[in-house]
Amino acid sequence: MIKTTAQKIYVALIFIFMYAPIATLMVLSFNASRTRAKWGGFTLNWYVELFANEDIMQALYNTLLIAFLSALFATVIGTVATISFSGMKRRNRAIFMSITNIPMLNAEIVTGISLMLLFLTLGVRFGFGTILLSHITFNIPYVILSVMPRMKQLNPSVYEAALDLGASPAKAFFKVVFPDLLPGILSGFLMAFTMSLDDFIITHFTKGPGVDTLSTKIYTEVKKGIKPEMYALSSLIFVTVLILLILVNKSPKPKDKVHKAERN
Amino acid sequence: MNKPVRKKAPAGVSYFNQKAMTAPYLFWSAAFIIIPLCMIFYYGLTDRSGAFTLENILAIASPEHAKALWLSILLSIISTLVCLVLAYPLAMILTAKNVSHQSFIVLIFILPMWMNFLLRTLAWQTLLEKTGVINSILSFLHLPSLDIINTPYAIVLGMVYNFLPFMVLPLYNSLTKIDPSVVNAARDLGANGVQTFCRVIFPLSIPGVISGITMVFVPALTTFVISNLLGGSKILLIGNVIEQEFTQASNWHLGSGLSIVLMVFILINMVLTAIFDKKGEGTAL
Amino acid sequence: MSTRLIDLVHITKSYDDNTVLDDMNLYIRENEFLTLLGPSGCGKTTTLRIIGGFEKPDQGTVLFNGQDITNLPPNKRQLNTVFQKYALFPHMTIAENIAFGLKIRNKSKAYINDKIKYALKLVNLDGYENRMPDSLSGGQQQRIAIARAIVNEPKLLLLDEPLGALDLKLRQDMQYELIRLKNELGITFIYVTHDQEEALTMSDTIVVMNQGYIQQIGTPEKIYNEPENAFVADFIGDSNIIDSIMVRDELVEILGAKFACVDKGFGTNRPVDVVIRPEDVDLVKPEEGTLQGVVTHLIFKGVHYEMEVTANGFEWLVHSTDMFPVGTKVGIRVDPYDIQIMNKPSSEDEEAVGINE
Repeated sequence: MIKTTAQKIYVALIFIFMYAPIATLMVLSFNASRTRAKWGGFTLNWYVELFANEDIMQALYNTLLIAFLSALFATVIGTVATISFSGMKRRNRAIFMSITNIPMLNAEIVTGISLMLLFLTLGVRFGFGTILLSHITFNIPYVILSVMPRMKQLNPSVYEAALDLGASPAKAFFKVVFPDLLPGILSGFLMAFTMSLDDFIITHFTKGPGVDTLSTKIYTEVKKGIKPEMYALSSLIFVTVLILLILVNKSPKPKDKVHKAERN
Repeated sequence: MNKPVRKKAPAGVSYFNQKAMTAPYLFWSAAFIIIPLCMIFYYGLTDRSGAFTLENILAIASPEHAKALWLSILLSIISTLVCLVLAYPLAMILTAKNVSHQSFIVLIFILPMWMNFLLRTLAWQTLLEKTGVINSILSFLHLPSLDIINTPYAIVLGMVYNFLPFMVLPLYNSLTKIDPSVVNAARDLGANGVQTFCRVIFPLSIPGVISGITMVFVPALTTFVISNLLGGSKILLIGNVIEQEFTQASNWHLGSGLSIVLMVFILINMVLTAIFDKKGEGTAL
Repeated sequence: MSTRLIDLVHITKSYDDNTVLDDMNLYIRENEFLTLLGPSGCGKTTTLRIIGGFEKPDQGTVLFNGQDITNLPPNKRQLNTVFQKYALFPHMTIAENIAFGLKIRNKSKAYINDKIKYALKLVNLDGYENRMPDSLSGGQQQRIAIARAIVNEPKLLLLDEPLGALDLKLRQDMQYELIRLKNELGITFIYVTHDQEEALTMSDTIVVMNQGYIQQIGTPEKIYNEPENAFVADFIGDSNIIDSIMVRDELVEILGAKFACVDKGFGTNRPVDVVIRPEDVDLVKPEEGTLQGVVTHLIFKGVHYEMEVTANGFEWLVHSTDMFPVGTKVGIRVDPYDIQIMNKPSSEDEEAVGINE
């Protein structure tokens, strides 16, 4: 019994460690004082002013648009690549996986610099486009790594059975293979979206003047002091995601429903 | 007769036209992964006039660069070890409790990411300040105050905070793959708890340990943000040096040369991972 | 054969609200080959895990040579287990696997090497020392799992469906192998299986279990020939189980016809269950039979024909070397000593342990 209590305390401490900064930021978003250092009383002011701050709103718009578009493109390219993986020869598979692992294992600063040098050499104008291309690049591996396990679990006979029963290859694929991959594709998309949203380093090297995401905007503000509106915005985003997650977990899964119906 | 039986990989089915399917990804990887990496080598090995030189790489030996590199290596090794020590028990507890894989990943990995990483790191400033939350609690408990802000300790804390999930995840993945009956077998054959851990559980979790070390060590070694936010502006890590070469000094050749040095460390890491983590357990999500 | 090695006294175990074992009492004698037999979920594996020390009973005690070992952890018990899916250590060679328990006990290098050689010879896998477990076939891995357990010279070997993952032919070979090992080593085996044939082939004693209760304990012959209730009769081999009435001692009315039998002491005009094995049903000319029926199905099974005969509303399962085409009118006769009389379940509780497949 002592053992399990100690275990619970340990897990709790780690979670406090992980979530203490988040709690701090939420508290700061209600702080009437402009500085982080002291508590100046409770206010909802920052939540109101947030929506009037055009810079922040523009950065939020950029962030969400880049996250959505890069996740979308990465999901398409990554999924198509993973599907082609299953028919590959062993050696090609190994090469394929090594390439996929490069952005995962490489340092973000190196990836950022390398892309910066590429765009410089090509003479591309730094801005929204270069950020988007970079985000797609580092998002593809996350999609591949979440679709791959599903792909490996696939039973090829199912696809062959569909062909045998007269389905065209395209129909067989979309009717029997694709639904099996879908959960992996969706979680890959969400993963990519999240990674893009939280990225700072690669954006830092590939953005141009005048274009900011939330991350780069915060970084430029560090020296002169973060605007409390940022805390309010981050808290809003965090709470929204938290509520969404809780709702998704609470809603009964379709499979459970079927079982219950059978039992009744 | 002692030839091991080779297991044949099951023949996969190829869907649609395989070449056409692989092409977009191959093109993308070549354009945005391979070629950019080559650019670093090109810039790193040339000077401004375009002539070949090793100067940019040898610049690592200059006192200030060497000092930054040494400090980076030291701090990243310390934070990697701290992460390992903190994460292993956590991963074991979560494995034993049968926490669902999905909700675990979300809670430890994904959810915190929705609060911007710079802000989360900055929040530690507030928590660590002389009159901050942690010191208030410590003084309330009549404990000595913790005065680590703007020191290397704060940087280590920031690294551990940011990269701990990268250690927990591969450890958890490899621990859940251990067949419980193998652990039971060790107990059955007379091993006590410690012996079972040392001889069976830990050796079987090595792929996870290795990839956890890689996943923490590389970003810790190369960070410039954490040292910037929590170390004050006086402590320079190798990441800070490189970042300044690109954004302030605009000496891309020197920056690239130093990056090549960093990549040597990363490469060693990748090779280690490839050797110990053949099945890709660690990186699989 | 008289000393008791293991004594399970009033063992009760439940998971959440599900009672897996209910007040179970069982003893295992030294040098016995005892099999726990039953369908999945009957509590046989839980029983084994309690003896092995991997589960603690909610109530009751486990005695080993008369000593209470209920709370002793598995590593302190003088017994070893052969696990269902072998549970070999994947990161160790075959030799290291076998040496594991001996190294823990700090045996000398020479002793360990001798033991490895001896054990590999015993399971017919000499020369496999340096192979890794995943380069071996299922049957070979199973032999290594057995070798790994027996080098520790346990007094008792627990085997948890050890042949379950093997194909039929290999399973039959391994059955003989296990009997040979048991005889050579002279240690006690507790064997868990759901395969009645395996149990009948290998055991000295079979314990038939269902839903947490022991249904019958006995030798294979006794379990097969004299099942104590309908569950045992149905689980062990094919059988015809028929609602009947015991008219008086040595006379039973089956489906309206009176059959002579050898059982006594059931009272008069009492409802009973009658078990007749398919091979004990004799098909004769209609006028010579006690009952008359018609053959409705016929399948050739190799050593015999399997037929279904409908007589007085009951489908009799019959095994015979003589063939009667479908539609043939036949007579049914059963020798008195082939009729097994069983009491009907007396309470609902016992009903619950009745036939369910």
